Amino acid sequence: MNERTPGIDPKLLEILVCPVTKGPLRYDAARQELISEKAGLAYPIRDGIPIMLPDEARPLEQETQAP
Amino acid sequence: MPDPVEIFDRRAVRRNRDRAAPLLEHHDFLLREVAERLADRLLDVRRRFPVALDLGCHAGEIADTLGDRGGVETLVQCDLSEAMIRRAGGLRAVADEEFLPFAPASFDLVISNLSLHWVNDLPGTLHQIRSILKPDGLFLGAMLGGQTLKELRRAWLEAEIAEEGGAGPRVSPFADVRDAGALLQRAGFALPVVDADTIAVTYGDAMRLMADLRGMGESNAVRQRRKTFTRRQTLLRAVSLYQELYANGDGRLPAAFQVVTMTGWAPHPSQPRPLRPGTGTVDLADALDFPHDEKPPRLP
Repeated sequence: MNERTPGIDPKLLEILVCPVTKGPLRYDAARQELISEKAGLAYPIRDGIPIMLPDEARPLEQETQAP
Repeated sequence: MPDPVEIFDRRAVRRNRDRAAPLLEHHDFLLREVAERLADRLLDVRRRFPVALDLGCHAGEIADTLGDRGGVETLVQCDLSEAMIRRAGGLRAVADEEFLPFAPASFDLVISNLSLHWVNDLPGTLHQIRSILKPDGLFLGAMLGGQTLKELRRAWLEAEIAEEGGAGPRVSPFADVRDAGALLQRAGFALPVVDADTIAVTYGDAMRLMADLRGMGESNAVRQRRKTFTRRQTLLRAVSLYQELYANGDGRLPAAFQVVTMTGWAPHPSQPRPLRPGTGTVDLADALDFPHDEKPPRLP
């Protein structure tokens, strides 16, 4: 990832939720991921396009979840 | 064991679209035609739709067709296929129609062009669409209906029976108009309307029709489809049966697509609705201008 990675449009961030839980998402700008704590999934953002498919999401490891 | 309710293999739907994306413009006449019709309907609604979603946008045909018409200021596009969505511009996301990733009351309009006939749980999807609409928001969706490509289906069926002694599902089992109306109502849409149009085209040969279907990403994604390659003999038999059974005077092959269009509004207090029985304040006789002292005429 370089510094010129296109970020996600804030208008999209406002309306996106986790497709599984319909809960909120946290935007991790460094990793370019949208994190659903409740589902334990991180949805990738590729070239500014959020990939909101559970199949494509990275399962979160236990320790990265909020204490 | 696949879940018996899962008719469509959604991974296959996605793969078919991924494969179709690079050359879609050679096969997208149906998408463009229906996009045009949806745009016409939208323009008939005297209202603005500041924030809209194109659900199952393919390569962005709705966005191309609408341009800046229709009172849409912000159009979000989503598709199950990343390859498709990369061809669409603007605000976009990869999303599955069965698991919508949008917050409640996000959109003034949800529009969908020939995508919902691949959804397993149409009632669930309609319910989710209703919930992502703002109150008084509009859902306008077109999908292929049960009368689609009857000619091709019959040719395949007879070819498989003749060549292989049995037939597997090959063309998707589409919903019909009545089903769609009931589903809209069940999903809580106000003023639901469903109608069907037929788009009839002709082809020089059946192979070309099949190439267009594949090219639009509409290849077979029925879960119970045969996973083996189609035998050449069966294919040739289907092609010749199509010709035999349906060719018109010029030797061209008719192919008809039935497009089922669904319209519904997210409920809002301003919408017209029937009064509860017994709450009327106007006498029916007055409304009909019928004298009160006369006995009503009897039916024979």
